[in-house]
Amino acid sequence: MSVKKKFKGLSDKAVGWLFIGPTVLLLLAINIYPLVYAIKMSFTNFYANKIGREPQFVGLKNYIKVLNKEAIWEKMQVTASFMFWTLLLQAIIGLGLALLLNRKFKGNELLTTLIVLPMMLSPAVVGVFWTYLYNPQVGLFNYVVNFFYDLGSFDMIGSSTLAPWAIVIVDTWMWTPFTMLICLAGLRSVPNYLYEAAEVDRASKWQQFIYITLPSVLPFLLLALLFRGIENFKMFDMVVELTSGGPGSATELASINLKREAFEKWKTGYSSAFAVILFVTIFGFGNVYVKVMNKIKER
Amino acid sequence: MILLFVSLFSFSVNSNAKSITLGWAAWDPANALQELTKEFTAETGIEVNFEFVPWPNFADRMLNELNNKGKTFDLLIGDSQWIGAGAVYGHYVKLNDFFDKEGISMSDFSPATVYAYSTWPKGSENYYALPAMGDALAWAYRKDWFDRPELRSEFKKKHGYDLGVPANWNQLHDMCSFFQGREIDGQKRYGAAINTERGSEGITMGVTAAMYAWGMEYENPNKPYDMEGYFNSPQAVEAVEFYRKLYEDCAPPGHSDAYMVANLDAYKSGQVAFQMNWYAFWPGVSKEDSGGRVSGFFANPKQNVAAATLGGQGISVVKYSDKQDLALEYIKWFARPDVQQKWWDLGGYSCHNDVLNSPSFPTSTVYAQGFLDSMGIVKDFWQEPTFVELMLPMQEAIHDYVVNGKGTAKGALDKIIEEWVEVFEADGKL
Repeated sequence: MSVKKKFKGLSDKAVGWLFIGPTVLLLLAINIYPLVYAIKMSFTNFYANKIGREPQFVGLKNYIKVLNKEAIWEKMQVTASFMFWTLLLQAIIGLGLALLLNRKFKGNELLTTLIVLPMMLSPAVVGVFWTYLYNPQVGLFNYVVNFFYDLGSFDMIGSSTLAPWAIVIVDTWMWTPFTMLICLAGLRSVPNYLYEAAEVDRASKWQQFIYITLPSVLPFLLLALLFRGIENFKMFDMVVELTSGGPGSATELASINLKREAFEKWKTGYSSAFAVILFVTIFGFGNVYVKVMNKIKER
Repeated sequence: MILLFVSLFSFSVNSNAKSITLGWAAWDPANALQELTKEFTAETGIEVNFEFVPWPNFADRMLNELNNKGKTFDLLIGDSQWIGAGAVYGHYVKLNDFFDKEGISMSDFSPATVYAYSTWPKGSENYYALPAMGDALAWAYRKDWFDRPELRSEFKKKHGYDLGVPANWNQLHDMCSFFQGREIDGQKRYGAAINTERGSEGITMGVTAAMYAWGMEYENPNKPYDMEGYFNSPQAVEAVEFYRKLYEDCAPPGHSDAYMVANLDAYKSGQVAFQMNWYAFWPGVSKEDSGGRVSGFFANPKQNVAAATLGGQGISVVKYSDKQDLALEYIKWFARPDVQQKWWDLGGYSCHNDVLNSPSFPTSTVYAQGFLDSMGIVKDFWQEPTFVELMLPMQEAIHDYVVNGKGTAKGALDKIIEEWVEVFEADGKL
């Protein structure tokens, strides 16, 4: 039987499987298998660097240890604060920029391109060059701040009060364009006749914004924040390059702590339990968020 | 085309057959070793490939390689603290039989370096490395500024003694704070670039330079792993408090996450009067003195006792290498006294007694005497197989206290002990 004939006999479903098969296999190999393996490891006292030492089953001990460790809750608080401020600022500034760029003016396209540039950069590179921008002696950031308001010498990444803001500022600078782009797509999908009808009804600009623009763009904004929330929960490279989690542990996010436990201390069992807890947390929050988002869309 | 492919392939097979790969950190001595190794290749026909990893990633990269039983490296110049893990987890080849067969005697090398870089358990006669690069934490200073009459007289008037090499840490603080914020040649200068790095080992290496000088011990000498009252003794607490004072009073602005390169940069750019760093960098610093800059060097000042933080590395053969015979040949060549002399001449720090005991050695460079002094008083961090687990809590707690200004020195040391007890318990040591 020729190859042509063989394929001719395949059902649509079989052809479908043929196309998605490799992807499913890849997903199983690089996502599902490691996840299942990590869950298995989380119930053991396995240390990946202790060669020849057989892992022993320890039940829920690792989970209890993670949840009872004060330091872990401190990292979770740092992560929550980082997420709250970055998402809030990115939502406000991103929406503001989208509203601005939704208007027609000269240089609109050039300005859009310039605004989008930061998110094209590598987070590690961004982390490194912001350490120079934050340098108290020669950094541009400190110079600009002092130009407007003389604060004298201050060290953004050497102070536990300022360092959390330092990472929030960099993340906001880098990722606000992403929120802006999604909001802009939302704004451009609002039909013009709605505004025309509102004009006929003599609605003010503010009323048009509250009753037409905001409800239309909100699902898009929420979607952007979902993506950013998931990304920021996992944030690692930019912060490591910028502060190494310091000073002390002031900017040590959960993901940085997880990396240190897993690949520096090699506490594989313990860190697997920590990873599973983080996964369940983000998965749970993600699901609730999507449900809320769908309800908002239905309204 | 086929012929070309075959000839290229055969070339690559041939070159691989007589080549080994050596892994080390990317820094000045690595370049000197690369230069020195050309002679080995000329003598033996064995090509040596080098993979130098930047310091911040060095431990991660190499330890991951060893834990994964990787074959990338045949030879590894690993940090002194890795020797425990190298021996216990079987990453390094035990070299005793090889040394006996080739007539390489460890008594030909400086005892402090053999103890620190080669042996596990500590002080035993089980050798897992040949001392390759002696090193300790020391200080460089702007001798040209110190020689200025107006500064000398102002300092003497203020402190009642001469501006010069500090005899202890109190004098070091006096001198550093003397330069802090001072305008020299129209530029604002600062006191000292000291180790404050958070990510790897920087601040630990820095603060222990003070703690050792105050007489800190990690554990009860009669009861291993009993740290209470030793690691957090009043002297140790005072040393950590002093280090914070040094940071607050004398570091340049923004020097809150600094280690080797940042200290070098601060010094080379003329920002600071002093820098804390490893001897490994002094050949480069000395060579680059220009534009009026004259550098002086001195060993870590004493306080209650004379002591210095150990750096440096031994060279080991990786157990997972398929070319152990070629790697051992390199070690045999490197152990030769004439090669060791060339190693020192090129800027490496030989640990061989023939080099160190030579009458001309102390005056061979401006930092040679300091190096000799330091190697007699060195102390190292834990060399346990779990050293990374021991290092991380110390980095965090000390950084939190010194740079972040959070809590107390005693609280930081207590917290470290708490974490260390947990590590030793998990490792079955307690």
